[in-house]
Amino acid sequence: MSLQDQDLTDALAGEVRRAYDSGTPLSLVGGETKPFLGRSVTGRRLPLGEHRGILRYEPTELVLTARAGTPLSQIHGLLASQDQWLPFEPPSFGASATLGGTIACGLSGPARPFTGAARDFVLGVRLLDGRGEVLRFGGEVIKNVAGYDVSRFVTGAQGTLGIFLEISLKVSPRPPTSATLVWEEAPETAVRRLCRLAAEPFPLSAACHDGERLFLRLSGSKAGVQAAANRIGGERLAEPELFWQSVRERTHPFFARPGPLWRLSVPPATQPPVPGAGTPFIDWAGAQRWWKGSIEPAALWEWARSRGGHATLLDAGRSCLQPLEPALLSLHRRLKASFDPKGILNPGRLYDQL
Amino acid sequence: MTHPSLGSFRRVLAARGEQGDRPYGTPGTGGPSCSPREILRRLRGAVPGCPLLSHPEELRPYECDGLTAYRQIPLAVAIPESVAQVQEILRVCRTLRVPVIPRGAGTGLSGGALPNRSGLVLSMTRFRKILAVDPLNRTARVEPGVTNRAISEATSPFGLFYAPDPSSEVACTIGGNIAENAGGLHCLKYGLTVHNVLSVKILTAEGEWLVLGSEAYDAAGFDLLALLIGSEGLLGVVVEATVRLLPRPPLARLIVAAFPSVESASTAVGKLIGEGFAPAGLEMMDNLAIRAAEAFVHAGYPVEAAALLLCEFDGGPEEVDDQIELAEKRLRESGADFLRSSSSEEERLLLWKGRKSAFPAAGRMAPDYYCMDGTIPRRSLPEALLRIARLSEEFRLPVANVFHAGDGNLHPLILYDASHPHELQQAERLGRRILELCVELGGVITGEHGVGVEKLGSMCLQFRAPELAQFHRIKEAFDPDGILNPGKAVPLLHRCAELGAMHVHQGALPFPEIERY
Ligand SMILES: Cc1cc2nc3c(=O)[nH]c(=O)nc-3n(C[C@H](O)[C@H](O)[C@H](O)COP(=O)(O)OP(=O)(O)OC[C@H]3O[C@@H](n4cnc5c(N)ncnc54)[C@H](O)[C@@H]3O)c2cc1C
Repeated sequence: MSLQDQDLTDALAGEVRRAYDSGTPLSLVGGETKPFLGRSVTGRRLPLGEHRGILRYEPTELVLTARAGTPLSQIHGLLASQDQWLPFEPPSFGASATLGGTIACGLSGPARPFTGAARDFVLGVRLLDGRGEVLRFGGEVIKNVAGYDVSRFVTGAQGTLGIFLEISLKVSPRPPTSATLVWEEAPETAVRRLCRLAAEPFPLSAACHDGERLFLRLSGSKAGVQAAANRIGGERLAEPELFWQSVRERTHPFFARPGPLWRLSVPPATQPPVPGAGTPFIDWAGAQRWWKGSIEPAALWEWARSRGGHATLLDAGRSCLQPLEPALLSLHRRLKASFDPKGILNPGRLYDQL
Repeated sequence: MTHPSLGSFRRVLAARGEQGDRPYGTPGTGGPSCSPREILRRLRGAVPGCPLLSHPEELRPYECDGLTAYRQIPLAVAIPESVAQVQEILRVCRTLRVPVIPRGAGTGLSGGALPNRSGLVLSMTRFRKILAVDPLNRTARVEPGVTNRAISEATSPFGLFYAPDPSSEVACTIGGNIAENAGGLHCLKYGLTVHNVLSVKILTAEGEWLVLGSEAYDAAGFDLLALLIGSEGLLGVVVEATVRLLPRPPLARLIVAAFPSVESASTAVGKLIGEGFAPAGLEMMDNLAIRAAEAFVHAGYPVEAAALLLCEFDGGPEEVDDQIELAEKRLRESGADFLRSSSSEEERLLLWKGRKSAFPAAGRMAPDYYCMDGTIPRRSLPEALLRIARLSEEFRLPVANVFHAGDGNLHPLILYDASHPHELQQAERLGRRILELCVELGGVITGEHGVGVEKLGSMCLQFRAPELAQFHRIKEAFDPDGILNPGKAVPLLHRCAELGAMHVHQGALPFPEIERY
C-alpha cells in the first residue's frame, strides 16, 4: 500500500456508479482490522485505505478533518504532538486501522461513559451513497442543526449506508494528569460500587471490574485528580496506560478465555448475574460488559432486552446483533433503500437483507 | 422575547403580504380530503374526551411560536393527555390527509411549530409527568411536555442534573428540545441535547410506536436516535424520553473579563480553548449588548468595554480554583482590562444575570428584535463581528451581539421597529446576509434554533440538491404521506432554484436530472 496522501474520490465514485449500474454488491475494506465486528460480506472488494490524508487541523479550533483511509495511528500521532486526543479513545485492533473503519464501526474505548461515544465527536462527513453520489453533511463547527443529523446517523452503520470519504471530528486537549486507582472488589458488589462512584462529581475517565478488582481512572488537573484520589482511596496502579490499552484493544487476558465473545450493552446498574456460567468483565462503569461462553443467543438477547439494552455475539464472520423488532427492522430497510437503493454497500454486514 | 403588539402584528402580516413570501418546505399531504367541519367531527368522534379547540379566539395563542413574525391560524388545536389519544389523532389525520404540527411550549425561534392553515396543532403540554428518576443508572424517564428546568429540579435531591440548559429552560419542553437539538449556556462542556438523551419513544405518522436508542449507551442497528434528535417534528411525535443525568459539580465559579476590543476578546477565546482549558461555558457580549444588559439588571458590567467574556468553570473546588487562577492570568495577558471572579454563589448568579437577560434587555432598546443563530469556526470571530457591524451600517439597523463564543455560535440580535414600513423586510434581509456570511466563513446557518420556516431559503446556501434530495428521502422513509409538520426544515428543490441560491457551478445547476419538486 502506498503511503502517499491522495484523493481518490473520483475513482471511488466511479467504482460505486459502475457497481450501481450492474447491481454488484461491494465489500468495503479499510485496514481490514475489524472483520469480527460484523458478518462477512459477499461482494467485490473495494479497498478504501489509499484514499488518505489529513486535510485540516487547527489545534485552537479543536477540529480535525481527514480522508477516511487515513491511518488512525497517524491521527493519534498528530494530535499527541499538540497535547490533544480523541476523547472517545477508540480501539484500533491493529496497526492498519483507518479513521473510516473506526467511525463506520462506531468504536469507543474505556472513556466513553464520561467523555462520549464516537458519534458524539463526529461533526461532519463527506460520503458516497449507493448511487455513487458524493454527499456532504454536517460541517466543521461544534454546533449545527441544519438538516437531519446524517453524519451521526451513518456512524456505526458499518458502511451499509454510505462510504466515508472525509470525516470531521471534534478533538480535545488531553487531560494534564491521570491516575488509576485499584482495589479488590467482589463481583456481587462491583456494579453498585461503580454506579455510586459514577454518581459522584469525581473527575472519572474510566471505570471497570475484571472479576476480582475494580479499576478507576481519574483525569483532569493535578490538584483535582489528587483531591479525588485522596477521597476515594485504593492503591495506585503501576503502568496504567498498558492496562487501559489492554481493555481498549481487548488484549486483556479475559479475552483469551475459551468460547465466543459477547458484548452486553446494558443500563450500568443492571445487576449480575448474566445467564450462563462465568463472570463478565465489566467496563464503562457497568454499561458495557464482556462475557465469554456458549449459550443459546436468544437467551442472552432476551436477558439484555428485558433490562433495557442489547447483546452482540462477536465471532469472526458470524457476528450477530440483537434482532430488531419488526417495525424497527422495516424502518431500517426503508432508510437503507433511501441511501443505497440497490443494496450494494456491505449488504448483510449488520443484518440479513440490510 | 418581545411579542409585538397586535397593532404591530397586523403590520407584520401586511408586510409579509407585500413580500409575497410563502415558505416552501418539506412536501405535505396535498391538503385534506374533506371539509374542516368533517375533520372536526371525525376527530371529536375518535378522541371524545380530548380538548379540541377550533374557535378563532381559542386558536389565537397557537398562531405562532417564538418567531412572532410568522403567524397562521390553524384549523384546530388538540390537547391530548394519553399516548392512545395521540395515536387516534394521528390515525384520523392520516386517513383524512390533515397535516399535524407537534407543539411543545412554543418557544422555538425558527417557526418550527408554526401552524398550517388546514392542519391540526398537536399540543403536547399535558404530558407533564416525570415518570421515573433512577439515581443509580443516572437517568430520568419523562413525558415530552415536561419543561427542561423541571428535570433538573426533580433530580437535584439525588445530586444529579440534566445538563443542556437553553436560556428558555423554565418554559421550553424536553419534546421541543429533542426536536430542535437544543443547546445551552453550558453545552461547551456538557454537549447538546443529542449528547444527553439515551432513548425516545415516538409515534410515527403511521401511528406506529417505536423505541429509538435504549436504556443503555447504544442500541442495535442504525443510530436512529441521532436522526430523530433535531428533526423538528418531521419524523415522529416524541411521547417519552429517557435522559442522561450528571452528578452536579460541587462548585461553579464565573469570571467576567472586559476587553478594549472585540479582537482581543476573540483572541482570548481561542487561547483559552487551545490551551486546554475546559470551561463549562464561555460567552461573549459586545458593547451594545453590555449596555443594554447593564441598564436592565445592573449586574456590574463595565459599560465602556468593547467586549465582555463570561467564563465559567465547575467541578471539585481544587480543580475549579486552579483553573480560575490560571484563566485570569491568560485573560489578562490577552488584554483584559477588567476582571471579576465570583467568590460566592450569589455573586455568580448576579454576574450571569446580565447575560441571561440579554434578550429581554435588547427588547427594551427597540420595539422588535430578530435573533439570528449562525455558527462559525472560532478563528473567524473577529472577522465575523466586524462584517456584521458593516452590514448593520449598510442596513441602518443596530445589531447587538451576545453569543456562545466557546463554540462559535453567534446570536446577532437585529433591532428594528415593525411599525416602520419595510423595516421587517430589511431586518430579514440583513439576517439572511449574516447567515450567508457564516456559510462563507466555513460555518452553518443554524447552531441550535433550527431551520423551521425561517431558514428554508438559507438552507439552499448550505446544501446542494443531492443532500436536500436525501433529506426528503429520509422524511419519506418515516412519513410517506407527509403528515407531520409539512413545509418545514428542508426546502423543496425548486424553491432553491427559484431563489437562485443553490450552489451553481460553472453556470449549470448541479444534477439537472433531479426533479425539482
Ligand atoms: C428567550 C428564549 C431563549 C432561548 N434560548 C435558547 C438557547 O439558549 N438554546 C436553544 O437551543 N434554544 C433556545 N431557544 C429556542 C427554544 O426555546 C428551543 O428551540 C426549544 O427547544 C423549543 O422547545 P419548545 O417546547 O418551546 O418547542 P416548540 O417551539 O413548541 O416546538 C419546537 C419544534 O419542536 C417540535 N416539537 C415539539 N414537541 C414535540 C414532540 N413532542 N414531538 C415531536 N416534535 C415536537 C415542533 O413541531 C417544532 O418543530 C430560546 C427561545 C427563547 C424564546
